[in-house]
Amino acid sequence: MTDSTRRGNLWAWLWMAIGTLYFAIPLIATIDFSLRAQKDTLSLAAYSNIFDDPKFFESFTFSALTALGAIALSWLLIVPTAYWVQLRLPRMRPVMELITLLPFVVPAVVLVFGLIRTYSTTLLNTRTGGWILLTVAYVVLSFPYMYRAVDTGMRAINVQTLTEAAQSLGASWPAVILRVIFPNLRVALLNGAFITFAIVMGEFTIAALLAQPAFGPYMNLLASSKVYEPSALAVVSFALTWGAIGIVQLLGRGSSGQLGGPR
Amino acid sequence: MTLVQPLELIQSAAKGDRPWDWLGLVPFFAFALAFLVLPALSIAVRSFQDNAGQFTLQNILDLRQPNIMSAYAVSIRLSLVTALIGGVLGALMAYTVTAGGLPEKVRSPLVTFSGVASNFAGVPLAFAFIATLGRLGLMTGWLKNLGLDLYAQGFNLYTFWGLMLTYLYFQIPLTVLILVPAFDGLRREWREAAENLGASSWDYWRQVALPILMPSLLGTMILLFGNAFGAHATAYALTGGQINLVTILIDAQIRGDALQNPGLGNALALGMVVIMAVSIALYSWLQRRTSRWVR
Repeated sequence: MTDSTRRGNLWAWLWMAIGTLYFAIPLIATIDFSLRAQKDTLSLAAYSNIFDDPKFFESFTFSALTALGAIALSWLLIVPTAYWVQLRLPRMRPVMELITLLPFVVPAVVLVFGLIRTYSTTLLNTRTGGWILLTVAYVVLSFPYMYRAVDTGMRAINVQTLTEAAQSLGASWPAVILRVIFPNLRVALLNGAFITFAIVMGEFTIAALLAQPAFGPYMNLLASSKVYEPSALAVVSFALTWGAIGIVQLLGRGSSGQLGGPR
Repeated sequence: MTLVQPLELIQSAAKGDRPWDWLGLVPFFAFALAFLVLPALSIAVRSFQDNAGQFTLQNILDLRQPNIMSAYAVSIRLSLVTALIGGVLGALMAYTVTAGGLPEKVRSPLVTFSGVASNFAGVPLAFAFIATLGRLGLMTGWLKNLGLDLYAQGFNLYTFWGLMLTYLYFQIPLTVLILVPAFDGLRREWREAAENLGASSWDYWRQVALPILMPSLLGTMILLFGNAFGAHATAYALTGGQINLVTILIDAQIRGDALQNPGLGNALALGMVVIMAVSIALYSWLQRRTSRWVR
């Protein structure tokens, strides 16, 4: 090893150490803060307070169910469409890419603004309508991640051959999609699903502006009345994000967790 | 493959024009139209309408109000600063784990962490920074014990610079995620070829590596710009809606406690979409240039 590479290594370690500090300190501080709800002693009081709060479970469950709804709807919309484009209409591929990229162009706050303006006299009149609007907004947010994951997965399998084989064995279209294409895209679908889940669980803007009782607005509301509980929630939320994205990295070798959406 | 392909082409050409093929795309396109394209378009159209529905440029002209101009200025400045700093620091981190001499073992945890941190934004991120650099934050306390009173020195987490530090928490990891593959694309042979021709390390960077990486670097920074420009929840949760950003203004417009002019709200949103569209267009243009080199 020459002197210059050794010096290079030293710089690399130094940069990495500074970076690690910048990213570790807020996490440590949050954990530390969340343990200080009782004076002069470290305790889990803040955690037991939030877990005792029925609103925590209500909003958590609400967001989790909304996330599952959005994931299911996103699968149903994207998979058959991406499949059909691959099989029959490859020249539509650029159009699909453009549309699924649009959520990056239209920020969440603008999207919800447009949705409210468009549907204030129809969907937004009822409670269910508001929830439907929230779910479809999350489906829109999931487009970039879901489409890219599915498209990559679809390229890796031979769609044409699989379809012809299934059809020559007498499979109908729904059977081809549900029993041949879906199972072959397992990893891609889970990838998209976990990223969508992570996004929806922490999402604040759309839920707050549609006045939905979701987890994000609950977290924000708690901050105005409590001191230590918000950091306990931040720790819980970070663990959740870590779980979802960690699984994505395990599944997809890190390729689709690439774009963090603006929030 | 070569034998199959022409056959497939003939088949798909024969099948491709069956009109009912297009029916397969109806559900997705109808959905995208109803919940993404139409709402966005209606904002654009209404920006050019007055309350009676007549065509007008007044809403766009109204954007010149000092309060709104300053919101755009602050949003753009915040996005530029975090894109520049995040891009440079993220590039350094991506470089150190690819070619920079750190062991392979560091790489996979770093990439995983970047995936998590780039998605860790919004309300919880704001809480994390309040616990770190707020008035009672851990870091604030440590520094005070060392004799440095941040808040007495004029630092305040709930202003521009605090927001900048907070945004970097998701901007830097996003850069790492995007740039690690780009640095991987630098082939060892290029460096060897340059060295064989007598290039120093500096020559190699200046004349080979940087020109190849430049589109990726610039593209990443443009993406970071858009990422920060569209961000809302982090700023809202951190400052309670007190800081003057475009997203915060639109939020106030929806909640209905400010501005009181629907046309102006539309114009505000349209302005955001235009700025985002320009940055994404630049990004994809640079992406196409990069893809020649980085596979």
